Amino acid sequence: MSITQTPVPSEPPSTTQGFMPIRAKAASRPGTWISAVVVAVLALGLLWFLVTNPVLAWGTVATYLLDVKVIQGVGWTLLLTAASMVLGTAVALTAAIMRRSENPVLRGVSWAYIFVFRGIPVYTQLVFWGLFTVIVPKIVIGVPFGPELLSFSTRDLLTAFWAAVIGLGLNEGAYLAEIIRSGLNSVDRGQSEASKALGMSDGTILRRIIVPQAMRVIVPPLGNETIGMLKTTSLVLAVPFTLDLTFATNGIANKLFTPIPLLIVAALWYLAITSVLMVGQYYLEKYFGRGFDARTPTTGRGGRSRQAAVNRAGTTPNDPLPEVEL
Amino acid sequence: MTQTPENPVPGTDWTPAAPPRPVIEVEAVHKSFGDLHVLRACDLTVRAGEVAVLVGPSGSGKSTLLRCINQLEEPTAGRVLIDGEVQGFQPDPLPDGRWQKLPSAQIAAQRSRIGMVFQRFHLFPHLTALANVMEAPVQVRGLAKAEAEQKARALLERVGLADRADHYPAELSGGQQQRVAIARALAMDPELMLFDEPTSALDPELVSEVLAVLKDLAADGMTMVVVTHEMGFAREVADQVVFMDEGRILERGTPEQVVDHPGSDRLKGFLASVL
Repeated sequence: MSITQTPVPSEPPSTTQGFMPIRAKAASRPGTWISAVVVAVLALGLLWFLVTNPVLAWGTVATYLLDVKVIQGVGWTLLLTAASMVLGTAVALTAAIMRRSENPVLRGVSWAYIFVFRGIPVYTQLVFWGLFTVIVPKIVIGVPFGPELLSFSTRDLLTAFWAAVIGLGLNEGAYLAEIIRSGLNSVDRGQSEASKALGMSDGTILRRIIVPQAMRVIVPPLGNETIGMLKTTSLVLAVPFTLDLTFATNGIANKLFTPIPLLIVAALWYLAITSVLMVGQYYLEKYFGRGFDARTPTTGRGGRSRQAAVNRAGTTPNDPLPEVEL
Repeated sequence: MTQTPENPVPGTDWTPAAPPRPVIEVEAVHKSFGDLHVLRACDLTVRAGEVAVLVGPSGSGKSTLLRCINQLEEPTAGRVLIDGEVQGFQPDPLPDGRWQKLPSAQIAAQRSRIGMVFQRFHLFPHLTALANVMEAPVQVRGLAKAEAEQKARALLERVGLADRADHYPAELSGGQQQRVAIARALAMDPELMLFDEPTSALDPELVSEVLAVLKDLAADGMTMVVVTHEMGFAREVADQVVFMDEGRILERGTPEQVVDHPGSDRLKGFLASVL
């Protein structure tokens, strides 16, 4: 073996650099092959089961996969997901910033919001929002304990769709608030010190320096939460909101007395939407990761000199005269 | 603590031959973090165009003193004046003897006149070198983007990084990052610059490129306070060298007086350890 490893003169030199690259043979990995065979057998078995099982009724699946009601359900589900995530993120960002505030009142309000909305099951919250018009029949704007100026009937304002969005959004906001807070905390303190030293106001520092850097940490769990929200929208029956994907497929299934193929239709659609969301998340991560991942090329040129610069940038690990951190 | 903002002790006992106006006046500043008394009755006067170098062992309070000048730390007692203006408080005490703190917007405005460069650069990693330099003029001064860009490019050129404008900080060496940080501070047209160990985080071969920029600034007449361990730089550029130990200013004077003819044993010991 050792003889064949030494450079063989007959082999042409690969480059003009005057050395012979190692011709390596990979170490054997029998585990890879054994596991491949086991998984292939199991996958084939599963495929056979799926294709031959009459209960799955693939014909019905195909018929209803692009049914108008189903497509409309997909649309409503997407709309619910998007609207409640937008509301949730806005509420969460506010709550997270309030939680970091020096104002104890704002901190307390934020804590209470998270405590209540994270602590109650989302299904219960949705039922509450569905009954909001019963609990609060009208909203009155006026002087407290004095005359009324304006009054609205909540029944006119709060449709089932908005009740669902508010219910889902406020529940989501409580979770996202903690995610965003940890993201904001993950930004190095030196960043806000440097910004302060430049005379930037707290609001500008947050908006221009802290939040954009926190997004890098926030986006992966935010994507996770969006996918979670997509599936949580199947609970809006509690409001009751009756146009989403799960309700649509259930309705068809009940009419046909065949629940299983319609469950497959719903599952396929949820998987499809999730795949699209994953692509979106990839691009968001790439955008907010700019400047952090040196492998992301920002300019087409100078790859080698940049690498050299990055290599040189290694700051001395043992500071000869470290300042005491006070 | 007998020295309060109401009865400040006189400034420095060291005065140059023909004194220009003082830009920085630190009067009897104390700073404690809980039980830890980090600064004890520090006085410092830096005049226009002067370079003051703060030296001393680690933990001696040099950085804290520097951070008190631009209000990143709040003095526990004493006061700081920039161009004769009290920093952080209304100029006169209230009738009951307390001092009225300024709202944060005014503190930010005071800070915007003072440039600061940090040991660990603290560049904004999500912005390119150019955007780092443009950020404060656009956001704080409300400068138009095109104008800010022109200015930023000129400043990057000045620190020798015109060709690195579109690179992110992570793609730059330590010395390059620190030079961008200097350009970023200069973009606000500061009246004075504070440098907190600007070369301590750099590989030895990168120190000189940053010191060259500092020397260039000093030659241009910038008022500067530099915390550093580079005694060669202090000897060459400083108008006054201030030696601190355990929160006190023990010696001050010209580089010849302080570096070449140290008075106290503490300073002799310190110089022996760094030279």
